[in-house]
Amino acid sequence: MNNPIMPVPCEILSVKQESRHEYTYRVKTDIRPKHGQFLQLSIPKIGEAPISVSGQGDGWLDFTIRSVGKVTNDIFRKRAGDTLFLRGAYGNGWPLEQLAGKHLIFITGGTGLAPVRSLLNHCATDPGFARSVRLIAGFKNEEGIIFAEDLARWQKCFQTTYALDKDEKAGWRTGLVTAFIKEIDFHAFDADYAVLIVGPPVMMKYAGLEAVACGVPEEKIWVSFERKMSCAIGKCGHCRIDETYVCLDGPVFNYQQAKYLVD
Amino acid sequence: MGYLIGKGEDAAFWAKLRQDYDIYAPKRFPKQGRFSDTDIIRYDRVESGAEIVFDEKSDYPAKEVLTPICQAILYFTEDEYRASKASQRPILLFMRPCDIHAMQHQEKIYLENGGVADLYYRRMRERVHIVLMECSEGWDTCFCVSMGTNRVEDYALAVRQTEQGLLFDVREDALKTYFAGQPAADFQPVFVEKNSVSVTVPEIADKELLLKLKEHPFWQQFNGRCESCGACTIACSTCTCFTTRDVIYGDNPAVGERRRVTSSCQVSGFDDMAGGISFRKDAASRMRYKMLHKFRDYKARFGDHHMCVGCGRCTDRCPQFISVTATLEKMAAAVAELSSASK
Repeated sequence: MNNPIMPVPCEILSVKQESRHEYTYRVKTDIRPKHGQFLQLSIPKIGEAPISVSGQGDGWLDFTIRSVGKVTNDIFRKRAGDTLFLRGAYGNGWPLEQLAGKHLIFITGGTGLAPVRSLLNHCATDPGFARSVRLIAGFKNEEGIIFAEDLARWQKCFQTTYALDKDEKAGWRTGLVTAFIKEIDFHAFDADYAVLIVGPPVMMKYAGLEAVACGVPEEKIWVSFERKMSCAIGKCGHCRIDETYVCLDGPVFNYQQAKYLVD
Repeated sequence: MGYLIGKGEDAAFWAKLRQDYDIYAPKRFPKQGRFSDTDIIRYDRVESGAEIVFDEKSDYPAKEVLTPICQAILYFTEDEYRASKASQRPILLFMRPCDIHAMQHQEKIYLENGGVADLYYRRMRERVHIVLMECSEGWDTCFCVSMGTNRVEDYALAVRQTEQGLLFDVREDALKTYFAGQPAADFQPVFVEKNSVSVTVPEIADKELLLKLKEHPFWQQFNGRCESCGACTIACSTCTCFTTRDVIYGDNPAVGERRRVTSSCQVSGFDDMAGGISFRKDAASRMRYKMLHKFRDYKARFGDHHMCVGCGRCTDRCPQFISVTATLEKMAAAVAELSSASK
């Protein structure tokens, strides 16, 4: 009998510190997820956690992990050459067919940048994928900045707004990402655009409301949810909201559906 | 065609059955109740019909056989690991109509949801042969008729307790050999057709109404009453939620296991994510989440039935005497109020 929750051991190829609390683990695997999908990462005898894929290439996946839980704290003791256990990929990922060829606006808060990083890199390496890319990335403070090299690179090929919530930083704005959404001239996109919002629940809620207030039709807005999950295959019940299972039907939702998903 | 297994003359019958089947049924555990001098009735392996409790409703449902409160799913030894193994022996599971329906509801989640079957449920379910325990009139918290779970057509055996012994209706051919030579008896199970409690599940017309219902002030009363102990979901015939826990064996950190343990949406922390984000922070919102799952969300996903079978065990077990039927009535009143206000 097939056991869908059986993990497979994978070698850690490299570990890169992104910020004070965040590290990116590059893991050797042939799994090729869609942009925006997630995997269950585990350490036997410690536990499992759902982690989104922050980058991918031939034979490897990147996972950017924050040291905030039992599993993720233990992952921080792992080094290149050690083993992590994986199963997946799970979830729907970003709807590429509905994003391709459009102006794309990414609005991210904190580690919410991780689930769109591989898609942003795809936009950067394949300039024909999107008509244009606008990125608003906010972080709580300087210590919380992740993917600094990517941010610098994206600044050259995308129109970017980088911000810290309260602190000042040269070349950066100060304020919540929601404050910068109204600076976007959505009419200039001639209705041919999509808005992708990822971040903490409160940030996504208010960024969505602000985008709608700026005249963005709901069907053009996409969000990616994060929830507690124990199985990732629609059995354990932890991620369920109404009749929706985030692990199966998400994590990416159109705003028309997401606005009704009240936990 | 039915048979009578006479009282006092049944030792050989049960011995033969035991050779080929594990028999699970509601069993009395004297003095193990939560109050002084009270018993508990729950599912366990039994040796014969004499151990089975027929004349009372079990405190805990049959799901404890199919989905144990705690089970090992993976074993880890140094860098090796494997799935736990399971017995292949068939099980005769004595269940009331509500428990049989509950099993079918759980199957939707464990076997069908997401298009993937859960190995641990499937391998246990495949062992189970249903023995229907006839309910003559039900108990004071039962409302199976309202939930449409009072009748069962599909079973291997049906059984009724009488003064003379146990009457069996034998449907599964493979089981007929065990009854050869037993006195024939005219027996067909009857079903409860009326409960002392009845409910009407309110229709929640659309998502706008659902949002308003979630914010309705009537849920707030549960902040003062519900202890968030999770006794209702443990006693629930249909609740499936579980959590995964890894443990290290005693003094040897090289060896351990991954366990599946029953979980409850009523207990604080059910939705906590690493990093401190949680969603349902009070008893009211957790009660709302449970009630809507039972009486709206499950049906919205899977179609035919609500996720409640009307067994009433949650009402029986609640230390604060919160009645599921009374709560449903309050929910129906709130739906009616919101529906008329929106017209």
